This record gives sequence, structure tokens and C-alpha cells, in this order.
Amino acid sequence: MLIYWGNDVYKIAIGGKVLFNFFPEGFYRFFNISHRLSEGMALHFLFMWFFFANGILYVLYTIISGEWRELVPQKKSFKEAWLVVLHDLHIRKTAPLQNKYNAAQRIAYTSIIVMGFGSIFTGLAIYKPVQFNWICFLCGGYHLARILHFTLTLGYVFFFLVHIFQVIMAGWKNFQSVITGFEVIDDKTLNELANEEHGRAN
Amino acid sequence: MEEPTNQTEQTREENTAANHKIEELSAEALLEKQIKRRRFIAFGSFIVLQAAAFGGWKWLANSPEEVKTVTAGAKAPLRRALNQTELFCRRLFSGNHLVKTYPKEMVPKNLRSNSYVGMPDNFNPATWKMQVVKSPTETLTLTIDDIKALPKTELIYDFKCVEGWDQIQHWAGVKFSDFVAHYKLEKQAAMEYVGFATEDKQYYVGIDMPSALHPQTLLAYEVNDGPIPIQNGAPLRLIIPVKYGIKNLKRIATISFSNQRLPDYWAEQGYDYYSGL
Repeated sequence: MLIYWGNDVYKIAIGGKVLFNFFPEGFYRFFNISHRLSEGMALHFLFMWFFFANGILYVLYTIISGEWRELVPQKKSFKEAWLVVLHDLHIRKTAPLQNKYNAAQRIAYTSIIVMGFGSIFTGLAIYKPVQFNWICFLCGGYHLARILHFTLTLGYVFFFLVHIFQVIMAGWKNFQSVITGFEVIDDKTLNELANEEHGRAN
Repeated sequence: MEEPTNQTEQTREENTAANHKIEELSAEALLEKQIKRRRFIAFGSFIVLQAAAFGGWKWLANSPEEVKTVTAGAKAPLRRALNQTELFCRRLFSGNHLVKTYPKEMVPKNLRSNSYVGMPDNFNPATWKMQVVKSPTETLTLTIDDIKALPKTELIYDFKCVEGWDQIQHWAGVKFSDFVAHYKLEKQAAMEYVGFATEDKQYYVGIDMPSALHPQTLLAYEVNDGPIPIQNGAPLRLIIPVKYGIKNLKRIATISFSNQRLPDYWAEQGYDYYSGL
């Protein structure tokens, strides 16, 4: 796999035969990014600081506030996550009981933090492969570090798209709670929820 | 006498019930008010933050290009960010941090070559000479044999291009630090920057002295155990593993020293002046 910043060779090819082109010509034209490597790198090296600071602040907040308890996957999460996925795909009627976040969310939201650390780590390996030659070594070398860094970035794009789609699907009330941090549930719904839970417990 | 009591009790009960109701209603109203308030604050901050992020992006997009100095071609805030990042990362630099080296078997046969700025076609490596500008009044002129007489150092490492490709390459030449020691350039090497340029002055790089004096920085005259091909920078080129390929100037014609940053071809086109690895 070749990953270039400048030349358009983001593709997976075997024996000269291109299997997959990450960014076809149209992508470059649409975003107007041909011959703008220096600008792109400068943006990258500015925004990496925001990425870094934002990530550190978020992790500190979840630790200090105790919110991490809602976010870190539990033993059962890995099993339950499948049920959540099946439910979201409308294959399964009921979803497993959840607290603030469901099992799939716990795994996704924790993975994204692990991915963030991965991006910083592989990023340092690429950015200063001589000064941080030990990080580069731990990443499996310069080349593999680049592939990992790039794959993680694709991961964020994928996460972003799925996340936005899910938020839209979940509707306005959910979005409101995303912003405010609380959700208003009237007594009727609360009773229904309680009954449902009770029914399930039996 | 009983009736009024009953009546009073009834009234009292009614009153209590009414009071409860009022309390409940006012509690509900209070809660409703609280919910509204918190929503307002949350959405307010959300919108303000979104606007700030958007405004920041717009500000950056509309920011003017930097004033041309030794660097040019980047938006002013982006150049500032590049330079600040360098100042931060410079603390990590050490001459003891070495680039990973590889065994000879891992060197591919087809040596990659890229970019020929400063390398016109009419060139004869046999008549090549290099000028080392020691001071405004003193210049040292050297031939390739002078360079080859110095201790030879081999280096097999992963050459890294700013465009993203990298290739394991096998170079040999004199360490720049050995070169400095042999020609007694200590006074010049005490300055902050060293510059390399091609004969036609079309390609030129400026390098911070710690990077130039790094033990793996070479003035290279051999590749794959033979002379360097013309397109790869014959007869003498810079090989500096702590920098991207753009700093590895081919066909060196002059070397100069300064306490100010010396001109750099790609830094004038928006790239980081330092481009250190």
C-alpha cells in the first residue's frame, strides 16, 4: 500500500494492478487540493495541537468527573454490542438494557480515545522518525507507522459518518440531550419504561 | 357542635389538598423553569462555540500570506504555527539520536531520483569545484579529490521525501563534522546556520547547525559503492537523514555560514524552513 502526501498514489495495488483507489481524480477536484502539499502540511501541524489538546482535556474531564464509568466497556459490553447493532439494523426487536450509553456506544467511544492515542503515537513516529526512533521502532517502522496513521484517519471519517447518521436517526430529543447533558422524561414514559423493565425482569 | 368541626376538618383537608396541588404545580413550574434555563445555557454555549470555530476557520482562510523573508508562500498564522512547532520540537533534538541503519541486502537496485532544480544539462562533473565561503574575504576552493581524501563514512538508511515516499539507500562520503574539523571550520560551524547552493543558484538550502553537525550528515560522493549518477547529484551532494529529501541538495557548488537563516528554496514556497525528522 502506498500512502503519499503529495502525489496521487493513495491506492492498494498488487503486481501493478490497482485494486482500490482511495482518492480518485474527482476527489481532488472536488476539494481543490492538487498541488497544495505545503499548505496541507502547515494545516496539519497547526491542527494537530488542537487535536492533542482537545483529546487530553476530554480524557482528563472523563477521569475527574467520573464519567469514564459510563464510557469504558464492561465485561458484558462486548456480547451486548452485537445485540445493539442487530437492533439498530432492525434485525432484532429489543435492545439490551443500558445506562447512559449502550454497549456499542461504550466500545465505540472508548475505541476512539484509544485511536486518538494511536494517532499521536504513530504521528510522532512519522513526524520525528530520527528523534523518536524508538517510537518508530515500536510502530513497526516508518512505513507501517504511516499506514497505521492513515488507517486511523480513515477510522475517524468512518466513525464521524456513522455517528452523524445515528444522531440523525435517534431524533431531536436525543440531539437535545447530547447538547444539554440531560433528557426530560415525563411520568407516563417513565412508567412505561419501568413496566417494560419489570416485564423483562420476569 | 360536631358539624362545624367536621366542616372545619373538611375544609382543612381541602385546604391541605389544594396546598399540595399548588406546591406540586409550583414545583413543576420551577422544574420547568430550570429545564428551560439549562437548555438555554447549553444551546447558547453550543451555538457560541460553533460560531467561534467557524469564525476561527474563516479568519484563518482569509488571513494574509506572510511577508516574504527567508520564508514565503504560507499564510502568516500557518507560518507562525510551523515556527512555533519547530521551537517546541527543537528541544527533542540530539546528535545522539541516530537514524536507523539497514543491512546492504535491503537496498533496492533502482535508486530513486526526484526533482532537478539547479541541475542544468550542460554539466561536467570532471571540472567540478566547490567553494567554501569562510568569510566575506576568504574562500576555500576544493576538488572532489580533496573531499575523497578525507575519512569515508558509509550510511544505509531510509531516505524520506516530504511527498511521502521513502527508500532505503546506501550512501558514502565524508561526515560534515569531519569535513569541518579537517578544514578547521570551527569558527564558521559555531554560527547558527549553514547554507548549500548549486552553481546556478537555482536551488539552495539553509540548515540549522546542530542538524548539519549531526554524526550522520554526509557530503556524499558515492552511492551503492559507485560514483553518484548525474541525476542523483554527482559529484557531491548533501545527505542529511535528520531532514526531509528537500534539504538533501544535489551537486553542491557553494557552502556558506551565517547567524541568520540562509535562503531556502522550498521554505520560499510555503514549506517548513526546518523540515526536521
